[in-house]
Amino acid sequence: MAEISTRAEPRAKPQSADGLATFAVWSAVFIVMAIFVWIIGDLIWHGIGNLSWSFLVESSKNAGRAGGIGPIIISTLLILGVCLGVALPLGVGTAMLLAEFTSAENFFSRLVRRSLDVLAGVPSIVFGLFGNAFFCIYLGMGFSILSGGLTLACMVLPILIRSTEEGFRSTPEAYRLGAAALGMTRIKTFLHLLLPAATPGLVVGLVLGIGRALAETAALIFTSGYVDRLPTSVFDSGRSLSVHIYDLSMNVSGGEPNAYATALVLVGLLLIINWTASWITERWLHRRLTTS
Amino acid sequence: MSPSRVDQIFVWLLRGLAALAGSVLVLIVMFLIIESIPALQHVGFARFFTDSSWHPAAKAAEGFYNLVPMLAGTLFAMAGSVLLATPLGILSALFCHYYAPPIIARQYRRVIELLAGIPSVVYGFWGLVVLVPLLRHIEPSGLSLLAGIIILTIMILPTVALMADAAMANVPQHYLQGAAALGLSRWAILRGVVFPASKAGLFTGVILATGRAIGETMAILMVCGNIVQTPKNLFEPIRTLTANIALEMAYALGDHRTALFFSGVLLMAMIIALVGLAEHLVKGKIYG
Amino acid sequence: MLGFAACSKSPQTDKLVITGSSTIAPLMAEIGKRFEQTHPGVRVDVQTGGSSRGIADARQGVADIGMASRALKEDENDLYAFAIAQDGICIILHQENPIANLSDEQVVAIYTGKINNWKDAGGNDAPITVVNKAEGRSTLELFLHYFKLKNTDIKADVIIGDNQQGIKTVAGNPDAIGYVSIGSAEYDATHGVPIKLLPIGGVAASIENVKNGAFPLSRPLNLVTKTAPEGLAKQLIEFAQSESVHDIIREQYFVPIAR
Repeated sequence: MAEISTRAEPRAKPQSADGLATFAVWSAVFIVMAIFVWIIGDLIWHGIGNLSWSFLVESSKNAGRAGGIGPIIISTLLILGVCLGVALPLGVGTAMLLAEFTSAENFFSRLVRRSLDVLAGVPSIVFGLFGNAFFCIYLGMGFSILSGGLTLACMVLPILIRSTEEGFRSTPEAYRLGAAALGMTRIKTFLHLLLPAATPGLVVGLVLGIGRALAETAALIFTSGYVDRLPTSVFDSGRSLSVHIYDLSMNVSGGEPNAYATALVLVGLLLIINWTASWITERWLHRRLTTS
Repeated sequence: MSPSRVDQIFVWLLRGLAALAGSVLVLIVMFLIIESIPALQHVGFARFFTDSSWHPAAKAAEGFYNLVPMLAGTLFAMAGSVLLATPLGILSALFCHYYAPPIIARQYRRVIELLAGIPSVVYGFWGLVVLVPLLRHIEPSGLSLLAGIIILTIMILPTVALMADAAMANVPQHYLQGAAALGLSRWAILRGVVFPASKAGLFTGVILATGRAIGETMAILMVCGNIVQTPKNLFEPIRTLTANIALEMAYALGDHRTALFFSGVLLMAMIIALVGLAEHLVKGKIYG
Repeated sequence: MLGFAACSKSPQTDKLVITGSSTIAPLMAEIGKRFEQTHPGVRVDVQTGGSSRGIADARQGVADIGMASRALKEDENDLYAFAIAQDGICIILHQENPIANLSDEQVVAIYTGKINNWKDAGGNDAPITVVNKAEGRSTLELFLHYFKLKNTDIKADVIIGDNQQGIKTVAGNPDAIGYVSIGSAEYDATHGVPIKLLPIGGVAASIENVKNGAFPLSRPLNLVTKTAPEGLAKQLIEFAQSESVHDIIREQYFVPIAR
């Protein structure tokens, strides 16, 4: 019979490892908060003086040094709308396929997953050049909000899909088995059970995607363009907030005050959109699901 | 229609969507390859690694096209930032779930979401006017690999943090309750239960963050100094392949332009190799 | 697909697409806005992408007019260029740098790495941070041409892309030297940015001196077309070259061309 070792193995006291972990966690949080306060504080300090209601609704004058950013906000929202309108169905659908209808380790699913990881690494400037060549020139859309939104959708897809897929994969098997036992179709299972349950993953993907979309500059300069006029349709060229910030800080001399103010507006917009997105997803989807 | 028929249509619809999503990558790679073919024809593959420097517009010898220092720059910036951002991101997620009261956790999560949405040009600008002068006091000129690593870390840590956060949210309650019932300390629970249970999400977060680090253009352009050289220490300036494309594409003609597209192909190859390596390392262990 | 292309030029609004140099883009956007006021129903869309992009787009017909912040090269003689303004290039130092003047030989020595410390040029004991522009930029080519250098000779510590990046780099570093567009530099220097413009060849760097031709480093800002312009494009080019936009040009700190 094998001898069972009864010798107690020496190991570090749990308290010190625990204490070290706590210290590490709080240090990390401190570092992140410090950076956040530093950057946002810098933006507020330099930009708050230029914020006003007229800044938010007027058009820009004198190459952006004067006037406001009204049309630019509209263009940005349109670009975001096109991006999400395309990326959400495409992304959630693909995530669903990967999570529900293919096993995790089969070749096709691994290939798609790795392709998405590679896509996540493509530089934004390459997306800009690709978007310009494909959407603007080849498909003939020209410099337009549509081209910009579609290019952004390509950029945002990997994060959205991978995050939503993770959300689906972590829903309990019991849900699916219960639904199958009740004779529900896969569609119904998906819509009424799995999608609501995967909300955390979906929301994260959405928020990261929106963040990326609003923050993107290089890809949009070559696709949705530089025009700061109020767009009359998605076929018009429109400048996004990030492109405006880039132009004011790196191209136009004396544009910095308005660049800071525009950055503040963008951060504010992001706050509003994120809050709305989480609120809608959690209220609408979670309501359909009674949690234990 | 019978339920299974509806389901069949549904699955084919999903397959169509997935094919569309997958075709994006194929299109982009094809685009890069097609645009860079002239470079391979005129300049030749070997010269991208053996020429003496990167001066594509030089009249002598029809230009110099060595990409190796920039490849090194990209790799160092990526490695440094991922090494810093991963612990910061994971620790942040741990904070939100296991160390902070829910109200504070929610606010902290908002902070991270905001960091994710700040444009790269704002990070670059802040880096140029705030961070670089600080670094200059340690070692001139301040525009350096270190500045790039710091800025990149800030930019990619939201990805790691938020994905880790979502993964940890999905750890079943009864795992944690069982571990607590066994009398495990907090760190032991984290190390023994939470990490293994959420490793898929953590891994995905790190991979996506690495991708973002490789692909970042604007901010790196502003704080790294853009000198084409293989850095010997953290304080030397570097140029990454992405910054190179952004810097020179606007003004490049002919062979210079196609050479830039080829550097894009090289970048894709590097990303594919990295992802392939990661895949190999975790095959079967993440979802198995 | 064709439907999209047709949509972009609807009969009610005429559109002119202008792409190219990011230096000229803000100026052209303002000129375009004023043109739109006097020509209702016309849209002037200005996009950036660089001088080479502007020339390539004009040639391929992707854009109606291209913008190039330099004179045309020999292999571009098939195109038509119309100068709308002038700009100069000057050397900038940080305001706190005690040096007020550098001879051409000193500039060459600094940029080729023969002088590494400001004390060898009569200044403080501090290492020089040399700021150069990226390859292919018109500012770089003008600089190299005047100082008779090749880009492979230059030993830089920092390479920048846009003028503003150069100005901010020098403004943040008392030991830096760089060269940028005179317009941007003069604007920023008069608005509190801690830089100063050095004279070249004894001539002070100012918009005034570019205008009267005394300043040696100047470049034209060109509108480029593939064929002799006609119709709306012709009207816009004539408008951009007319006196009615001289105030816009001055507002952007460029030099209007007296005709």
